[in-house]
Amino acid sequence: MAITGMQIYKLLPKTNCKDCGLPTCMAFAMQIAAKQKALSDCPHVSDEAQSELSDASAPPMKLIKIGAGDAAFQCGQETVMFRHEEKFHNGTGVAVRIPASLSDAECLAKVEAINNSVFQRVGEELKTALVAVEVDGCSDPAGRAKAVADKSKVPLILMGKEADRLKAALDAVKDQKPLVFKADAGTVDVLAEACAAAKAPLAVSAGSLDELAEVAGKAKNKGVEEIVLAFGSENVGETLRNLTVARRAALKKTFRALGYPALVDIQADTPELAVVLASSFAAKYASIVVMDVVEPWAILPILTTVQNIYTDPQVPNTVEAKLYEVGSPNENSPVMFTTNFSLTYFSVEGEVERSKIPSYICVVETEGLGVLNAYAGDKISAEKVIETLKTQGVADKVKHRKLIIPGLLPIFRAELEDDSEWKEVIIGPETASKIPAFLNEVWK
Amino acid sequence: MAVPDVKEKWSNAINAVTIGATKDEGGTRASTVTVGGQNTLPFMTFEGECPNKPVIAGYVADTVPDWPDVLKNAIGDEINSPVEWAQKCVQDFGVDLICLKLLSADPNINDASPEECAKTVKAVLEAVDVPLIIWGCDDDDKDNVVMPECSQAARGENCLLGSAKVSNYRTMVAICKADKHKVISEAPCDINLGKQVNILLQDADFDLKDVIGYQTTGALGYGLDYIYTILERARITGMQGDKLMAMPQICDIGGETWRAKEAVADDDILPGWGKLAKRGPMWEAVCAGNYLQAGADILVMAHPEAIKIMQQTITKLI
Repeated sequence: MAITGMQIYKLLPKTNCKDCGLPTCMAFAMQIAAKQKALSDCPHVSDEAQSELSDASAPPMKLIKIGAGDAAFQCGQETVMFRHEEKFHNGTGVAVRIPASLSDAECLAKVEAINNSVFQRVGEELKTALVAVEVDGCSDPAGRAKAVADKSKVPLILMGKEADRLKAALDAVKDQKPLVFKADAGTVDVLAEACAAAKAPLAVSAGSLDELAEVAGKAKNKGVEEIVLAFGSENVGETLRNLTVARRAALKKTFRALGYPALVDIQADTPELAVVLASSFAAKYASIVVMDVVEPWAILPILTTVQNIYTDPQVPNTVEAKLYEVGSPNENSPVMFTTNFSLTYFSVEGEVERSKIPSYICVVETEGLGVLNAYAGDKISAEKVIETLKTQGVADKVKHRKLIIPGLLPIFRAELEDDSEWKEVIIGPETASKIPAFLNEVWK
Repeated sequence: MAVPDVKEKWSNAINAVTIGATKDEGGTRASTVTVGGQNTLPFMTFEGECPNKPVIAGYVADTVPDWPDVLKNAIGDEINSPVEWAQKCVQDFGVDLICLKLLSADPNINDASPEECAKTVKAVLEAVDVPLIIWGCDDDDKDNVVMPECSQAARGENCLLGSAKVSNYRTMVAICKADKHKVISEAPCDINLGKQVNILLQDADFDLKDVIGYQTTGALGYGLDYIYTILERARITGMQGDKLMAMPQICDIGGETWRAKEAVADDDILPGWGKLAKRGPMWEAVCAGNYLQAGADILVMAHPEAIKIMQQTITKLI
């Protein structure tokens, strides 16, 4: 939460000495609040004021890094309850559990599957972010942690309740900065000490949010900088509500004790239910979800949910303005154009695919606006369409000169026919869903 | 350490809308379905009430939709008859109500006559005793002749009729008022347009407490984020006191999901993405689950496995 000029003013010497270059301390405070000046620009400010201000100006939810170096996973530092208020910042990470019951060979096979859990979807790479190694019930927790760390391409979570085993495992892989999961009121002292020494993040859990704030506070006092709030899924509704309360407390009341990202350990009656719950928690408001299954049918829907929910709502998704080939079109295939708003493009592309008629789709640059908005905002015109068709060399691809245009832009027809070589303009449907019927009708 | 009180006070509740009519109420349904009525965000019962749980409407069409085999096979041979399909939805899949889509009326499909459509409506009403949603073929001119017949055929049953759009709301409003049905107000992916349609309905003297909102639906990975945020904003605006936005919301999860590549193409086309038989229903269920978090009240769903997962999810969330 941004701090106000008044709050900063209270920390200043209030002497109006002008050494900062401004006429008054109040003016200086306002400049700091507006991020035009730094507190260090005042030569007389006290150390206490410095530290108080840096505490007060810290983000209400801390940024947490799991793992070392470039491969680290980061989460937290969320600023809003709803994506339309600004955006969600750091996408929920999916972690996949390695149960202690797996043999060494099975364990490594699952790590391999996690390494391979990478998907290319609409131009982005989506992947399983973390491997969660269970140490409770493991005969050699340090050996298991080491073996997983050596093979894994993604950062580790060490999962267990037994402090001794967690410590042994942490000791074996502390350079990897794993997340130690999890400390409760009984184990927080010993685990917090171990994590503080290893500079590793620690997940804390408790029976209620009040107690959780207590345990998180203890971990912080022991010197743990990076904390994650851990929740279970035994009572899904309660966890969902707790995640909302914790996030509101952190973001709206700057309640520091809960100002950390949340993790939900998903345990469900069926793997299918687990997938739906993990996706729901990704939307509201878990920064990490721990899953048992690693199969693509389970992971991909969760990752796609994160991809959708964490998209910046203020920046329209766009596709590159170029000529796209759907299927394997030839010189007799239909040619149509649409805008570079990705939702528009992918709707059109999907429906053309469904029509089973290979086609060319010429994408016109409209700054990410859909057809009607682009037209209303003067981002698309017949002239621009003609120019785009020319640049993309569309006329060289086909023998015919028939051009299918969006049903919402019938007004372009005359100009296109008059001013370009596309002499037969066909007005297409107004919505993408009617493309298959339309194409099958006009392109027999 | 006591967590500060973060309860929010909402000045208004989402309208509670009842669909279906029992014998006592002039219909023939065994029970009715009520949605909406919340005065808090989805499932946030620590600060308000969610008196009615979200419901699942079984997707039924009067012609077999252009769907992949994994879905058609999961539904079974009953897919060929709207009556049997609806019965299976109720008896085997356990849906709360039926959403009958009159796709065959579409001039590009079967161009079925208003009389044929009305006959189907009557047959489905006789075959099942849950409330019914009757949805046209999305061709305005055709819907304007088909829907009046269907509305009349279902008179007294308090159905939910879809949909009233800027382009054709007059007919829908007239028939819903005359035959006492509820109406779906449709606005594609635009919250302002959503409000505008509701203003038109209000100006046409239609009671907004009889309206379910439909901001269209984006499949998972295909614009879900837009509709998710529209539903969230609509819910917040409605609870802040804007009566024009206080409608419960419907999402056509089944209708949209089974067009998405991830729910249509098997791993021969999408290598490494897993078998469609598992991936398809998950795509539908996760899409539905996400919309629940945004505030959806009625989920129209198609795959029996996805329906089952969502029934479990809803039980867990409330």
